Formats: sequence, structure tokens, C-alpha cells
Amino acid sequence: MILQGEKILKQYHHNRGFINALDHVSFTVQKGDFVTVTGPSGSGKSTLLLAIFGLIRLTSGNIIFDGKRIDNISDRRLTDIRKKSVGYILQSFALIPYLTTIQNVMIPLALEKIPRKEQYQRAEKILDYVGLSDRIKHLPRELSAGQQQRVAIARSIVHQPQIIMADEPTGNLDPTLSLEILEFLKKINRENKITIIMVTHSPVAADFGTMKLHLNEGKIVNS
Amino acid sequence: MTISKLVLIELWKRKTQLISGLLAITLGIAVIVAIQSVAIVSEQNVARNLDNLGANILVLPQGASIDDYYTSDIDAPTLPMDYVERILTSTIAGVDNMSPKLTRRIKVGNQSVVLTGILPKSEIASKPLWQSSGLVGAELKAACAQTQSANQSHGLEDEKLQRKAIDTLYSEDCLAGSQVAKRLMLTSNGRINIMGKEFSVVKILPETGTVDDDRIFANLQDVQKLLKLENQVSAIEIMGCCNAISEGLLGQLRNILPDTRVTTIGQIVSTQIETNQLMKKVTLVMLVIIFFVGGISIGNYIWANVNERKKEIGILRMMGAERSTIYKMFLLKALILGIAGGILGYLLGTVAGVVLGPYLAGIVVKPVYVYLLWSIILSVAISLAGSLFPTYLAAKFDPHSNLQEN
Repeated sequence: MILQGEKILKQYHHNRGFINALDHVSFTVQKGDFVTVTGPSGSGKSTLLLAIFGLIRLTSGNIIFDGKRIDNISDRRLTDIRKKSVGYILQSFALIPYLTTIQNVMIPLALEKIPRKEQYQRAEKILDYVGLSDRIKHLPRELSAGQQQRVAIARSIVHQPQIIMADEPTGNLDPTLSLEILEFLKKINRENKITIIMVTHSPVAADFGTMKLHLNEGKIVNS
Repeated sequence: MTISKLVLIELWKRKTQLISGLLAITLGIAVIVAIQSVAIVSEQNVARNLDNLGANILVLPQGASIDDYYTSDIDAPTLPMDYVERILTSTIAGVDNMSPKLTRRIKVGNQSVVLTGILPKSEIASKPLWQSSGLVGAELKAACAQTQSANQSHGLEDEKLQRKAIDTLYSEDCLAGSQVAKRLMLTSNGRINIMGKEFSVVKILPETGTVDDDRIFANLQDVQKLLKLENQVSAIEIMGCCNAISEGLLGQLRNILPDTRVTTIGQIVSTQIETNQLMKKVTLVMLVIIFFVGGISIGNYIWANVNERKKEIGILRMMGAERSTIYKMFLLKALILGIAGGILGYLLGTVAGVVLGPYLAGIVVKPVYVYLLWSIILSVAISLAGSLFPTYLAAKFDPHSNLQEN
């Protein structure tokens, strides 16, 4: 087991009452799983993704990652876990617009203070892996949407994380490109044994999961 | 890739914003440098003009009053000549020139005149109006002037000329004030009998509007012999730096000359001190204004930059950037802006001072190189102070709130 959630509750104050964005959600993820999280808008999918590694603090419940509780640790330690063990992929790619492709990919390594030469070599290798070795000096605006998402994928795996958190990674892509990206994520999952948790609206994307969670009104209704 | 490189790339790729961010601080520093460059020269000019008013400290015998000094009564008390040496050999700073003198009212024919014994070199040096009439004295240091160059326009650099001035007032020579010359009908190169001794009038002094117009000046040692007051003087006039006066020069003089009365010629000293204080206050007011205006401008720029980069901050925090990394990103940027603003501001302000000084203030302004260092320090301080609060807010952003905007 790499990740476990126990009775996760996240409440938001709204007018005179509380809304349960996550209502006692429990799940267990094994190392190497490809988990898809589906559900209608407002069901709590993205909240769950952000809450797991402390980007949103829980109201109650436990989260255990790699054998250790992480819901009650300091921001500093959570930041350290995200830096070393987690990769994020977002719907909007979230690339830094004034940095080149390779510079964007080097950022997670820079945050870990890895020597510059090694940063460059590793980023170059990963960009080759995602098929962008001929685009390393390009700025994000000079790339297609599919290429930008591949840069984001390269950035999420360059520091060899244990887990990738993907929030609607194909939301901004056409069906063909979506399939390409999903196949690529599957490849990463298989070849590198990296656990993936992917939030998606798309039933096609959900079918790529080896484990499926369906949320509705903050509760897991089917897994 | 490092955070420093990230900052440099961001600055370089957003040049338009960089220029607008730099503009406020550069102009602020330029204004201060220009004002200071002009002010320092103006201050020297004012100090030199005030020095033209003459000595500003009087050392009198214990029982003497200022009236005694001016009326020069026959029985006015005296003090030993050794006191001059006592001041000279002390470590007291701020004594720019000394003029010991022995003054007595005497009769020449049936006219009452004041005979004053002087040491020519120092006496002439303390009377700039005399120097401008063609008498050359010892080097004059302008009291309160900040640099040695303050005296250059007096043409006193030639040491040989100064020595010549000492030698020219021989024991039988004297100088006559304009009023006494009229009364006694004296002319240059004429002769006068003073207490049985013949003197040659080497110069009729120009009118100064002071008691000096009514005096005859001769060599101090001659006057001491004539009056039978050897090694005695009526007073020591001192041209003291007004800053030193305000910092306790009078007390120091009293300590080494305990049986004397040390007093200032109040009007001159207070004018000098007030002028200098006014200059300092104006600069201080400008400094405070620039600090606030510059700080707010930079703060505003950094805040706009923080807002523009909210997503980027969120991405970095999501990927594991600590709050300290966010601080580093924005404060490093502020530091770079501060250094660049300081250098550009110094250059712009110096050029403005040098070019506009002669037109606006009628003075020649030269670059003051030490201001470069102060410009950078001030600019960096303003830039960092202005950036602290926006940076603090940037580091406090919740990563998820920025990510959800995606």
C-alpha cells in the first residue's frame, strides 16, 4: 500500500451552515495502481486530489502515505514530501510562460538543489522520453496543446516521484490528443511503476484506470 | 536552473515591466543625487561667503568684555602671547585660523586712533576683503567648507606669494584703515609718526564698514614694544569651523585656556550653523519623501508582479517550493532593481547636476563619486522595504487557491 485515506472529511463554511466537500471518504491505493476519480462537477474530485498532499487541509480523517501519517504534519514537511515524492499534472498544463521547455522541466530538480549539469542531463533525457527532444529551447507558447501537456508530464516525472496526481490532464485536449496523453500516462505507470491518481470527467479516460473511484456529493459511491 | 536564474530570466523576458519598475526608483535617486551634488557646492559657497565676515571666536583676557575689545581702552587687560602656541600645539580640531592682536587707543598728532598690532600672515588670512584688494595672506580655510577645494578661487595656492606677504610688512611698515587714512590724510607709500617711531604706509585698506576702517595696523612685535606690552595681546581672534563650534569647540578652548574668556561672535556663528542646518534639513526632507514615494512605487510594482504571477507561485508551491523560495524570488528581484536603480539614478542625477547646476544655480558642479555607493545603498533599502509586504503576501498565498484558477 502506498496511500490510504480514512474517513476524510473536508467541510466548507457556507452561509449559516457547512458543506461537506468530502464526506468521510476512505480508500486504499497500492503501489503501481492507476486510479481514476470520476464524478459530476462539485462532487469533490479536485478537492480530494488537492487534500491528499496538504494543498488543502482536512477537517478530519487520516491520510497515510508510504506508511506514515501525513494529515497532521507541518506545512514544511508536506512541502518536502511534494517536492521529492509527488508529481502534479494539471488541465491547463501550468507551465511557466517565460521559461523554455527544458527550463520548465528542470524546476523540480532545481527545487531539490540538484547540480545544474545533472538537472540539464536528466531533463534532456526525460524530454527525449516524451518525444520532445527537438523542442527543448521552445517557449510554451511555441508548442501545441498536446506538446505542452507532454512537457507538463515530463516535469511531473523528472524527479522520479512515487506518485503522480493528475487533475483533468486531457480536459483541454481534443479526443485524439487525449488518447495519446492517456496512453502515455499508462506507459509511465507500467514502465516506471509510478502510481497515478487521475481526476477526470471523461468515461474514456476513466477506463484507463486499474482502480476506479466515483464520487458524488463528497462521498465515494462506487469503487 | 536556480531560483536566481529564474529571477533573472523573468526580469529579462519582461523588459517593459522592468523599465517601468526601475523608472520610479531611478528618478527618485536621481533627484536626491542632483540636489545633493548642487547642495554640496552651494554649501561650500555659502561657507566661503560667511567666512568673508571674518573671525567667529574671540579669546579675551578673563576680566575683559567685548566692549573692551572694541573700544581698546588704554588700561584694557591683556593675555600672554604663549596662549597662541598653546592652541597650536593642542589636538583641538576645527581651528582654521588664528589672529592674535594687541590693540590700544593712541594719539597721532591731535587725532585719536586705534593702533593694532597683528601677525601679518594670519591677520591678512582672516580678512578676505583685504586679500581681494591685492594683499596676499596665508592660506584661508573656509570654515564649515567640506573640502579643501573651497579656497581655490582665492588664488592662495602659491606658497611663495604667501611668504612674500609675511615679508612685506616690515617693522617700519603699517597698513591704514580707510577712515583713519582720510582723517590723517595718509596715502600709500606715505609716512606716519606713531609714538615717536616713523612708519611707512604700505597700503590704504579698502573700506570694510567695520571698526578696522578706523585702525592702523602694524607688526605685532613693533606694537608690543611701542606700548611696552611685550609678549602680551589684547585678544586672539579665531576662525573656527561652525560645525566644530556646535560640537563643543568653545569648551575645548576653555579647557586649555582656563583664565580667559572664550566667546563667539554670535551673529556669524549662528548664521553659519543655521545655514548648514537648513541645508541638512532640506536634504533630509527630500530623503524621507523619496523613501516613501520610491518605496510605495516599488511596492506597487512588486505587488502587481505578484498578482500577475499568482499561478506561477501556486505551481511552484505545488511542486514543493517553500515559502522561503517565494521570498527569495521577489526580494532578489527587488535587490536587483535596487542596485540597478541606484547606479542609473546616480548617473542620471550626476549628469543633471553637472549640466543644470551652472544654469539654475550659477555654480559648477562636479561628480561626487562617493554618492554612487550611497545611491546603491539607499536604492536597495527603498526597494527591499517597499517589496517586503507584497512578498510576505505572496509567500502566504494558499497554493490551491491559485491552482483552482487554472
